[in-house]
Amino acid sequence: MNLNYLDFEQPIAELEAKIEELQLVGNDNEINISEEIAKLQDKSQRLTESIYSDLSAWQIVKVARHPQRPYAVDYIERVFDDFDELHGDRHFGDDKAIVGGVARLDGQPVMVIGEEKGRGVNDKIYRNFGMPKPEGYRKALRLMEMAERFRMPVLTLIDTPGAYPGIDSEERGISEAIARNMAVMSRLRTPIICTVIGEGSSGGAIAIGVGDWLNMLQYATYFVISPEGCANIIWKTVDKAPQAAEAMGVTSTVLEELGIVDETIPEPLGGAHRDIDAMAGTLKTRLADQLGRLKGMPLDELLAKRFDRLMSYGNT
Amino acid sequence: MSWLDRIRKGPGIRTRKSTTVPEGLWHKCPRCSSPLYRPELEKNADVCPKCDHHIRIGARRRLDIFLDPGDREEIASDVVPVDRLKFKDVKKYKDRLSSAQKQTGEKDALIAMRGSVRGLPLVATVFEFAFHGGSMGYAVGERFTRAARVSLEHRIPLICFSATGGARMQEALISLMQMAKTSAILERLKAEGIPYVSVMTDPVYGGVSASLAMLGDINIAEPGARAGFAGPNIIEQTIRQKLPKGFQRSEFLLEHGAIDMIVHRKDMRDTVARLLSKLTGHALNEEAENAETVT
Repeated sequence: MNLNYLDFEQPIAELEAKIEELQLVGNDNEINISEEIAKLQDKSQRLTESIYSDLSAWQIVKVARHPQRPYAVDYIERVFDDFDELHGDRHFGDDKAIVGGVARLDGQPVMVIGEEKGRGVNDKIYRNFGMPKPEGYRKALRLMEMAERFRMPVLTLIDTPGAYPGIDSEERGISEAIARNMAVMSRLRTPIICTVIGEGSSGGAIAIGVGDWLNMLQYATYFVISPEGCANIIWKTVDKAPQAAEAMGVTSTVLEELGIVDETIPEPLGGAHRDIDAMAGTLKTRLADQLGRLKGMPLDELLAKRFDRLMSYGNT
Repeated sequence: MSWLDRIRKGPGIRTRKSTTVPEGLWHKCPRCSSPLYRPELEKNADVCPKCDHHIRIGARRRLDIFLDPGDREEIASDVVPVDRLKFKDVKKYKDRLSSAQKQTGEKDALIAMRGSVRGLPLVATVFEFAFHGGSMGYAVGERFTRAARVSLEHRIPLICFSATGGARMQEALISLMQMAKTSAILERLKAEGIPYVSVMTDPVYGGVSASLAMLGDINIAEPGARAGFAGPNIIEQTIRQKLPKGFQRSEFLLEHGAIDMIVHRKDMRDTVARLLSKLTGHALNEEAENAETVT
C-alpha cells in the first residue's frame, strides 16, 4: 500500500506506480513508450475524477486529515505577503498550535490567525498536533482585538482535531477561553472571514470561527464531535465512525444546505495536497474578493448582519 | 422455586430486602447511600442531610426552589426541537426526542421563566438534565437566546442554572452554532449593563461549558458540581494518567479562578438576590428575607 494515497485511492496509486516504472524504462531504452505513458496518465486522471466525484463523508474526513494536506503555515506563506508572526497571550505563554500575525493580502494589511497541526514528528509535537490550549485562544483574542484597533480585517484558518483535552487546559480555563472568543468575535468592529482548511473540530474550531463569512475548502470537514467520538458514544465502537460522519453531515455540501457555510472553495483534483500552489492561488483570489465585498459595507451594517446571522442559526 | 426452597433460602432473601430502599417515600443518597425520607429531603432542597450531597433536581423543581412564588411567565415554550439532519443512528433522533418528551414532560432541555427573587425581577433559565442529558441543540440555544432578549427588553438580570453533557450531537453543527449564538447574545447583555449570573450544577461539560456557562458576570457553582470542557475519560485517554482527586469539581474551579463562589443550594436564592441587588440597585423584598425559601 502506498502511504501517499488513501485506502480508497489505491487503484490510482497502482496506476501511478506503473507510469513511474514505464518512465524509468523509457529513460533506459530507445523504445518510444510515451504514447503508452500518456494513455496511462489519462486513465489515472479519469480514475481520480471518478473516485472524487462521489466521495462519502468518511472519505472526505480522510482527505481532510491527509498527512500531506497543506496546513495553515503552508497557506500563510503562499497567500499572504510580508507576514510578521506575533507571539504570546501576555498572560501565560505562547501556544504554538496557533500561528498569528500581521500580513498583507494584495497589499492590504490583515490579521491572520491559523491553527497549525505541524508536519513531521518533531513539528507535530512542537505544535501539539494543532490542539490549542487556553493561551492559544487568548493569543488569538489579543490579536483580534488589536486588529479591531488598527482597522485590519481578521482572516482565520481553521484546522484542529480539537482544543487540547488536558489537565493544564482545564486548570487555565479552556472553556472560558473558547466562550470569550466567540463572544468578542460576534461584535468585533472589523470584517472577519473564517476558512476551514482541514479539520474543524467542535469548540476548538468555532473558537476562531465566528465572523461575517465562512468558507470551507471542498474536502475540509466541520463537526461538533469527531466521527470517532460520536461513534464511540452511540455505537460504543470507533468502527462505526463512517456511519457517524454520514449521519452528522460533516461536509461542506451539507453545511452549505444548512446555511452555516457560505462558500465552498474548490480543491485541485485529488485534494489540496496534490497541488498546494494552485490551492493557495484559489484561496487567495476568493479571500481577496470576499474582503473587498465586506470592506465595501458600512461597519454598522456589517455587524448587524453578523449578529442577525448568529441569531438565525437553526431557524427553519 | 418450591416453598421449601423459599424457606431454606429465607435468610438470603431477607438480607437483600434490608438493603433495598422502598420506592416513593424513601430515597437513597447517591453519594453516602443513606436512606432519606422524601418529605425531609424536600424540605432540605434535595440536599442530603447526612453528607450534604446536592442531589440532581429537575428544572421545574429548581425554579420552584429559586423563584418567588406567584407571578411567573414561561418564555419561548413554543420553541421545539427540529431534526434538520434526519439524524439516525441505532435509533432515530426523532424517536429519542419523543421518548425524552414523554419521560420528562418537557419539549426540550431548557426552561426559561420570567419571575422574581425576593421581589427582584429577573429571567431564569434552567437546564433539564433528564432530557437527553441536558444537551444543547437548536431549541435550547433558541430558548436561551429568547430569554436573554426578554432580559434586554425589560432590562432585568438573566440567570442560568446549567446541568448538561454539552452540545447535542444529533443536531451536529447546528448545535455547535448555538454556542456562538448564546455567547453573542450574552455579549449584548454585557454591552447594555444587564447582569448575567451563571450557576453550574452537576454536571456542566462540553459546548455549554465552553459558551454560556462560563460567561457570567458572576459564575457560581453548587458544592461538588463537576464542570469542565473535556470529560474526565477523554482527558485520561489523552494524557494516559489518572486525574487528581477533586479534578473539575467546584472547589477546583474556585481554586483555579474559573468561578466566583461556591453556593449551597439552600443559600442560592438569597445569595443571588443579594448580588443582583448590588449590581442593579434594585431593593430586595425585606419580608421575604427570613421566609422559608425552600418548599
